[in-house]
Amino acid sequence: MQEQDLAPPVALPTLSHAARRRQLKEKAIAALITAVAFTGIAALVLILVFVAKEALTLVTDAAAREEASFSKMFLPQMVRKGKPLGYVWQPVSNVPKVSMIPLFIGTLKTTAVSMLVAVPLGIFGALFAAEFAPRRLREVLKPTIELLAGIPSVVLGFFALMVMASFLQETFGFTSRLNAVVAGLGLALAIVPVIFTVTEDALTAVPRSYREASLALGATPWETAWKVVLPAAAPGILAACVLGFGRAIGETMIVLMASGNAAIVSWNLGDSVRSLSATIAAEMGEVVVGSPHYALLFFIGVELFLFTFVLNLLAGMWTKKVIQRLKGGAG
Amino acid sequence: MKHATRKVVGLSLVSLTALAAFIMVAMLAFILLDVVQGGWSHVSWQFLSQAPTDGMMGGGIFPALFGTAALTLLMTLAVMPVGVLTAVYLHEYARPSSFLARAVRVAVANLAGVPSIVFGLFGLGFFILFVGKGLDHALGYEELHWAQPGILWASLTLAVLTLPVVIVSTEEALRAVPQEQRTASLALGATQSQTLARVVLPGALPGILTGAVLAVSRGAGEVAPILFTGAAYFLPDLPTSLNSQFMHLGYHTYVLATQSPDVEATRPLLYATVLVLLLLTFALNLVAVLIRTRTRRKAAAGH
Repeated sequence: MQEQDLAPPVALPTLSHAARRRQLKEKAIAALITAVAFTGIAALVLILVFVAKEALTLVTDAAAREEASFSKMFLPQMVRKGKPLGYVWQPVSNVPKVSMIPLFIGTLKTTAVSMLVAVPLGIFGALFAAEFAPRRLREVLKPTIELLAGIPSVVLGFFALMVMASFLQETFGFTSRLNAVVAGLGLALAIVPVIFTVTEDALTAVPRSYREASLALGATPWETAWKVVLPAAAPGILAACVLGFGRAIGETMIVLMASGNAAIVSWNLGDSVRSLSATIAAEMGEVVVGSPHYALLFFIGVELFLFTFVLNLLAGMWTKKVIQRLKGGAG
Repeated sequence: MKHATRKVVGLSLVSLTALAAFIMVAMLAFILLDVVQGGWSHVSWQFLSQAPTDGMMGGGIFPALFGTAALTLLMTLAVMPVGVLTAVYLHEYARPSSFLARAVRVAVANLAGVPSIVFGLFGLGFFILFVGKGLDHALGYEELHWAQPGILWASLTLAVLTLPVVIVSTEEALRAVPQEQRTASLALGATQSQTLARVVLPGALPGILTGAVLAVSRGAGEVAPILFTGAAYFLPDLPTSLNSQFMHLGYHTYVLATQSPDVEATRPLLYATVLVLLLLTFALNLVAVLIRTRTRRKAAAGH
């Protein structure tokens, strides 16, 4: 690995033919491996380019620009003559209505429900695993959460749809069986493991010396956990929440199966909702390739990509911050 | 704060965290119990070996099992070389602080966070409409041959999705190979690539296998990316070529759960399908965990 560092800065003796060939071969192999390593970067760029490319007709094509202009997507529109302006997502009708606002609201509602449930559960559970649990219990807890993370999202969607929906409707009397609460709770199952794992990593990264110092000053274990360890790991925990948030925004199958898929503008959590991701999944099957509606679905894909990209960058920055802070502080 | 108050606050905080942990475990247990209870009695050899019948209200899931297996096999063949070589670059060849290595790391971390449905759009836009159309054009096909959803495009899409899983676990495996072994090999006159091929990679093999198994278990359960890249609603025939469509356990679950005309009649079938899917992913995860603990123990014993 450090061959270059070890090489002396003097003139090399002339190499034999075989040695030069071997050197050439080594260089070729290194070049090949480096080239393959570009795949990750290439994939990320290609994803953005090719999803955006199909959405481009919204800008380049006059008919599409007319039918799905940005003002129609984001500003209130007249839906019927004489009625007040409103936000309607109805891309397949005589007069297509393409407001993104109901989809934004739907995504926000399911995500909010899932975060409200998953953040306290994940953080407190991680605090228990990292600080309070006996070693035996911790060794059971972590693989169990990993198992929860291993459940495919379509199974969680199935569970939310078949079991949770009826139970919640009987308990809370929702008018629609499938709604933002059902989808949000299903989503919470998917993001709890993310928040738990990342938080637990951040908590265990806090050096033992912090805890020992706090205990030596007379603080109890819970005071140490709450006032020393938790604040020290704060950026990492924030990163955990941001990662969970990104996952919840992009998750598709759970919302597609358990939300009711009705694009309604309402802040009532008991109403059916339609999210951005579920809209792509539900409508791509019947859309005419190249039509404005088709371009719109890809445009939603671009939005999702950019949202989650920014969230992931933030989470990455905060994770790095917690490591730097702890290294600096402990050194 | 008084001593007694401190004690009460402490006790309630600790029990609150214990409660949170308990709720997570209980949710998992509840899901598993429900699926096992609902599906156990319906899983049989016939169920596993027959095609669906009666408009998917009867019969088995063999085409879906076969499709899932074929899909993940192709995916693994595509993702492993790329993932392993990228990890080798990051851990064996690049300086950790070099711009390229940092860029690759950031890209891989972000790739892991791209929503799965966006991978589906990418598969449609890139593999089918760009690569597939280009192939059809180049090979002179009059009708759509490659420029349509099929198992090859679906597995390549999944390969891109699981790339971060493979890279991360391979890097971990490379880290577990002791530095002394590399130094010893180089000191004996082996070149870097010889060291890599005969010392480092064999030493890291169990960890690399773990990565493969994890990728398979992740890829086998993903439905959103294959919605428009190759999964078929109902297809009793098995896929015969790389551009055939295929049935898939996860997609089959989605279809049975949401599009069935008679929910009560399909319920046992649905539960049994979910049970098979869960058993499959859990078994794979278990294999990964077993290989990992065994390698760790070996590594610990070797030091």
